[in-house]
Amino acid sequence: MAVLLIAEHNNKELRPFTLNAATAASQIDDEVHAVIIGQNSEPAAKKLSELPIVKKVISIEAPHYENFTAENFAPVIIKLAENYSHIICSANTFGKNLMPRIAAHLDTSQVSDVIKVISPDTFIRPIYAGNAFATVKTNDEKKCVTIRPTSFEPCESSGGTAPIEKGEAAEEFSNTKFIKREEIKSDRPELGTARIVVSGGRGMQSGDNFKLITDVADKLGAAIGASRAAVDAGYISNDHQVGQTGKVVVPDLYIAIGISGAIQHLAGMKESKVIVAINKDGEAPIFSVADYGLEADLFEALPQFMEELNKLNTIQK
Amino acid sequence: MKILVAVKRVIDYNVQIRVKEDGSGVVTDNVKMSTNPPDDNAIEEAVKIKESGKATEIVAVTVGEVKAQETVRKALAVGADRGIHVKTDSVLEPLAVSKILQKIVDKEKPDLVFMGKQAIDDDCNQTGQMLSALLNWPQATFASNIEVKDNSLEVTREIDEGLETVEINIPAIVTCDLRLNEPRYASLPNIMKAKKKPIEEINVSDLGIDITGRIEQLKVEEPPKRKAGIKVANVAELVQKLKNEAKVI
Ligand SMILES: Cc1cc2nc3c(=O)[nH]c(=O)nc-3n(C[C@H](O)[C@H](O)[C@H](O)COP(=O)(O)OP(=O)(O)OC[C@H]3O[C@@H](n4cnc5c(N)ncnc54)[C@H](O)[C@@H]3O)c2cc1C
Ligand SMILES: Nc1ncnc2c1ncn2[C@@H]1O[C@H](COP(=O)(O)O)[C@@H](O)[C@H]1O
Repeated sequence: MAVLLIAEHNNKELRPFTLNAATAASQIDDEVHAVIIGQNSEPAAKKLSELPIVKKVISIEAPHYENFTAENFAPVIIKLAENYSHIICSANTFGKNLMPRIAAHLDTSQVSDVIKVISPDTFIRPIYAGNAFATVKTNDEKKCVTIRPTSFEPCESSGGTAPIEKGEAAEEFSNTKFIKREEIKSDRPELGTARIVVSGGRGMQSGDNFKLITDVADKLGAAIGASRAAVDAGYISNDHQVGQTGKVVVPDLYIAIGISGAIQHLAGMKESKVIVAINKDGEAPIFSVADYGLEADLFEALPQFMEELNKLNTIQK
Repeated sequence: MKILVAVKRVIDYNVQIRVKEDGSGVVTDNVKMSTNPPDDNAIEEAVKIKESGKATEIVAVTVGEVKAQETVRKALAVGADRGIHVKTDSVLEPLAVSKILQKIVDKEKPDLVFMGKQAIDDDCNQTGQMLSALLNWPQATFASNIEVKDNSLEVTREIDEGLETVEINIPAIVTCDLRLNEPRYASLPNIMKAKKKPIEEINVSDLGIDITGRIEQLKVEEPPKRKAGIKVANVAELVQKLKNEAKVI
């Protein structure tokens, strides 16, 4: 039986992690079908049909799908589920919100946040904030799996010509009403997929001081991250939080500034290829995962860092 | 209005997790246990709603071994009115927990169920959504703000792109983020008073549901360790290393 991938999108475009979830799906079975539920989502459906991994696209449209409410999406997927062995999507807030609602209806025990596919029924997933890896085998006939997108490469996004079939909408769930979404728009790369991430913690002392970080980030073409403490203190908005209860990032370079390195923060960044820590406390746990540690006051180090970057002839983008 | 709050006992978030050598799990003997952190936020929010006069009763429920009752006791000490302890020694998957909670909801008929968004041991992030599926109730997950209206809640949700606001009609499920509020500490007099509050014990076998696990844990191992890095003397050296050694800028 084929695998059903749930596409994440904004009606116009696919969200980037759909490509990572597609890769994971293709490691389970060659026959990957993708469902896209939305309103006026033809442009995103077309992009989905161009992923060479995807053999068929099922497009389902209705006004009540415009805002991606789990209560509306779940019944659609449940109807499709009989034809599939697995249902897959990313373990980001979209998938975390939606998949358990599907799994419970199918009487399936969901496997969350998979970082490796061993076989169609066996997976590795982190537990305890990534302090242990569990290999788990699901014995449910139908498998509901969310994958950690940063653990899978994005798939090829062009060249495919999968047919797009229209699917049937389900009734609207009237007890949940979408009110609004406040997306923080920025020209910087997305935190989840950026090549470089520069993150600030409580050591930044104020939101205004984050300017020191934005300067460096802009110079490096980097995304901006933060610890929970920095978000809680209101220095920066919640979508920047890295960690066990925020986002997981795996950039080529992660620069942690004024962040102590609590395990809940490490859970979100310790797989980064190169880690830099700037902290005035030489004993800070962040240094135990840093490839390059600089024990210094960030208010001196960051302006110097800018200066040194300005001296470079070229900077990789 | 009656609010049911689900609280789970987990290894305290400050404990350095150790994986057992035989690969069967993590060490839990003689390890400090606490209430799952966002479940404290769930209780706090319920208590605040009650204090504002919009709720009349708060019932705290836990599913687990004998000692799990401590989490209910703690909830009682910060303001829950009574507790329910569903007793089992089995390690349960979220699907099983949600089926148990569904039975408790059928019996208690709460208007709202508050839960944590994620248990920090299994990191599943499933139970609330599963319970709302089973009940066919609306769900507001990852809540960082809740406004109580006449027959609904307006909830701000933390999502990857920023914030989302939904209005959900009561009865409903809310799963709470740590940013929802600042959980209070229990005062000594309240801890004493909580000892007199009732906790109903229910054997899971009396609920008549199948809680058999569907997922086998084949092996638990330590994640690969990062190799030790170096300290650099100054910013110039750092930039030089990033450019010429790591080749990332
Ligand atoms: C259930 C749970 C989930 C959590 N989830 C997350 C999560 O997803 N992400 C997350 O980040 N946290 C999370 N936390 C919080 C986590 O435990 C820590 O409290 C948090 O990461 C600390 O943030 P911080 O390092 O910025 O602050 P602190 O720990 O206060 O560290 C600040 C650091 O800045 C340094 N510093 C101060 N001034 C300067 C200066 N002038 N120059 C240089 N260095 C300076 C200090 O030496 C210190 O090391 C969670 C906690 C719990 C209980
Ligand atoms: N054994 C349990 N007893 C009571 N509540 C639980 C239990 N397991 C999970 N929950 C609730 O479900 C939430 C999410 O858990 P999980 O789906 O395991 O990440 C927790 O924050 C609790 O509110």
